[in-house]
This record gives sequence, C-alpha cells and structure tokens, in this order.
Amino acid sequence: MIKTLGLRKSFGDNQVLNGIDVEIKPHEVVVVIGPSGSGKSTFLRCLNLLEKPTAGEIYFRGQCITDPKVNVNEVRREMGMVFQSFNLFPHMTVSENITLGPTKVRAVPLKEAEEHARELLDKVGILDKENAYPTELSGGQQQRVAIARALAMKPTAMLFDEATSALDPEMIGEVLDVIGNLAGEGMTMVIVTHEMGFAKQVGHRIVFMDEGVVVEQGPPGEVLGSPKNPRTQAFLSKVL
Amino acid sequence: MILDFSIIPGILPALLWGTKLTIELALIGVAIGLIIGSVVGIGRVSSNKLVRTITGIYVDFIRGTPLLVQLFLVYFGLPSLIGRPVPAFTAAIAAMGINSGAYVAEIVRAGIQSVDKGQMEAARSVGLTAGQAMRYIIFPQAFRRIIPPLGNEFIALLKETSLVSVIALEDLLRKGQVVITRTFRPFEVYMAVALIYLVMTFGISRLVAWSEKRLKVVD
Repeated sequence: MIKTLGLRKSFGDNQVLNGIDVEIKPHEVVVVIGPSGSGKSTFLRCLNLLEKPTAGEIYFRGQCITDPKVNVNEVRREMGMVFQSFNLFPHMTVSENITLGPTKVRAVPLKEAEEHARELLDKVGILDKENAYPTELSGGQQQRVAIARALAMKPTAMLFDEATSALDPEMIGEVLDVIGNLAGEGMTMVIVTHEMGFAKQVGHRIVFMDEGVVVEQGPPGEVLGSPKNPRTQAFLSKVL
Repeated sequence: MILDFSIIPGILPALLWGTKLTIELALIGVAIGLIIGSVVGIGRVSSNKLVRTITGIYVDFIRGTPLLVQLFLVYFGLPSLIGRPVPAFTAAIAAMGINSGAYVAEIVRAGIQSVDKGQMEAARSVGLTAGQAMRYIIFPQAFRRIIPPLGNEFIALLKETSLVSVIALEDLLRKGQVVITRTFRPFEVYMAVALIYLVMTFGISRLVAWSEKRLKVVD
C-alpha cells in the first residue's frame, strides 16, 4: 500500500534519511523503532509529505506521490496522522475538531459528520466529551480525540508519531488500547514508538532505524527477541 | 502668574470641533491601516520570496522613518511629482493610513507566527488546503492575540494625528493653537488639549484591557 524507494531527506547539511526502502502492505501494522535522531519521525512525516523528501520516491496505492504534479491534499486525506503533541484545535470543541475535515474537505453534511463524530468518540471511549474544549481534557483524552479526528476522514492508512511520548504514564494505556483496537480491525498503520511492549504486541513487523537507514526488520519475535545486527542489539539492551 | 481656568467653558466648543477631526483622522487612518496591514502582514509570512521581500521593504521603510517626514512627502512632495496639489485632509489620512499599515502588518505577522506550527501540520494532515488551514485554524487563533496590540496601535495613531496641525488641518492641537492667539492663555489651553487626548486614550486602553480579558486565548 505504501512503498518508499531510496527515500532521502536532509535539513541543510544534516542528512536525516539516507535511502529508505520500505514496503507496507494493506492491513499491516509496521512499528518503527530506533534511538532519538535516527530519523524515524522524519520518515513518518515524509510518508504524508509533511516533510518534502530530498530524493527518492514514495508510492501510495500505486501512485507516485512524490511526483510534483500530485495533489498533496488528496493524498493527505487518505492518511490519518496522530502527533506526539496532539495538536487539537484549541478554539474548537471536540466535535468541531472532528467534523472540520469531513465537512470542509469531503463536503459531508454537518449533521452526518456530527453523527459520525459521535460514533468515533464512542469508539475511543469519550462520547461524553463531545462539547468540551481541548483544554478541558486530560492528555490521554486529547490524544484519543486526535485519533478520532484522523479516523473521521475514513483514511486508508494511519500514521502515529510517538503518540504516547507526551503522556503521563497512567494515560499511556488508554491510548495504546485504542491503537491496538484499530490494529485488530485491520487498519494499515505505521507506528513510531518507544513502547517496546506495545510494539511486540501489535506490530506485524518491526523496523529498526539508526542514522537514517533501516538496520534490521522482521517479525517482532525475531527483531526484538533475537536481533542479528549489533546496533539493534545495543539499542535493545538499553531500552528493554 | 495666575492660572485662569474660567476661560475653559468658552473655548471648549472650538476644541471639541478639533477633537471631531482628530477622531475622524484616527478612525479613517486605522481603517486604512487595517486593510493595508492585513494584506502586508500575510504577505510577510508568504511562501513567495518576492512577496516577502517587497512587504519587508515597505515595513522597514515606514517604521524606519518619521511620520512627520512621510506626511511632508505626501503633502509637499507628491504635488511636484503628480503636478497638482494634494488636499491636506487627503494627505493626512493617506500618510496616517500608510504609516499605520506597516505597524499593523507587524502585529498581524506576529499574531500568525505565534500560532504553534503543529496547528498548521494537523490541519494539513486532515487534507485541508493551505488556504483553508489559514482561514479555519490559524486566523481565528491569531485574531485573539492581535486585538490587544491593535488597540495599542490605535492609541499611538490617535496621538500621532496631532502632527497634522503642521499642515494646517484644524485638529484638536491646531484648534488649541488658534484659541491661544485669542486668549493668550497657552498653559490652560494646552492643559485642556492634553486632557482631551488623555480622556480618549484612557477610554481606548480600558476597552483594550476589557477585550483582552474576554478574548483570553485558550491554550
């Protein structure tokens, strides 16, 4: 469903991605792990073109989206993104946050969008917060709204950029549960995380990145259980 | 020297006529400033380098030169260029509007840039175009932060309208000068003039403080 070929990204002289070739199949859950500065977040942000790749190609559903002629807005509405810092719109209620995309981008009637928003809020377990403002919610609740907001566009794939890194420990579980349920429903997902237990539990495949390249990838049992590459071994010995 | 404030009631009508012109100048000036400033302020954060450069030159030129010089440029300078005189009132509102536009532009630019980058990213990631993201996400948040400094800009502009007295427009200050030639009471008259300015600026600053409280940014 998503395929990158020789993906490179640099900020000035700083080479962050040095040629990434990864393919994500439909309904697959790929978890990207690696030390800070390994380029995993940049990789994720390149997938929906929030960062413009310096070189290489990205294919999404067979279409080369790095082609300058491609309408990036059409691509982005198909890929939901969840950020580390939630990025909810503070001047809008929870319901308005969720219905904005569908009503403005997909021209869904407001009533229908609100109905769908309620279904999604129910799904992430905070139906009662429909009319609250983001500042009135806990971090875990805000992130669940952010997930509902992304799902409201009925995306074909979801990208999670360290979705639990900004949360208090007691709230991490509630967000991971929601992501886990999505995986169970067959959503195609790319997840950047530091939660190794979670990676093992929901990931169909683990991709270990370091210094802008994919060092090792494979099923969670192999990569996390018996890593072959010394760099993977060194990283895991620190975080497990 | 004995102060004689008993002359005040007699001169007040004249001063209030001047005040009317002062308020007119400030309101029209700030209205023009708002229009220019909104456009230029958005231009300052444009992705187009040429637009950024041109708007940047405008802002730097206006903010880096005295309003009095700008007023002279329009009132005395422009006629020689276009071959006919510029009416004093037109020159005054043009100079004030163009001047205020540069300051408003900086306020607008700062307001837009004060909105967290993640807001734009989140808006774009649900598929909104850059224009839609600006309209629904960035501007509404920037607007709340822009209101208080805009109020301060209006206060500054109101005070600066006193400069137009030098091109013979009968604003509050000029009316005061005229009255003095009749009464020979400069201290009392200038005190009255100053107090009228103070009443206006104080009123606006209270209004700004009130709006600041009401529009307190939620984040």
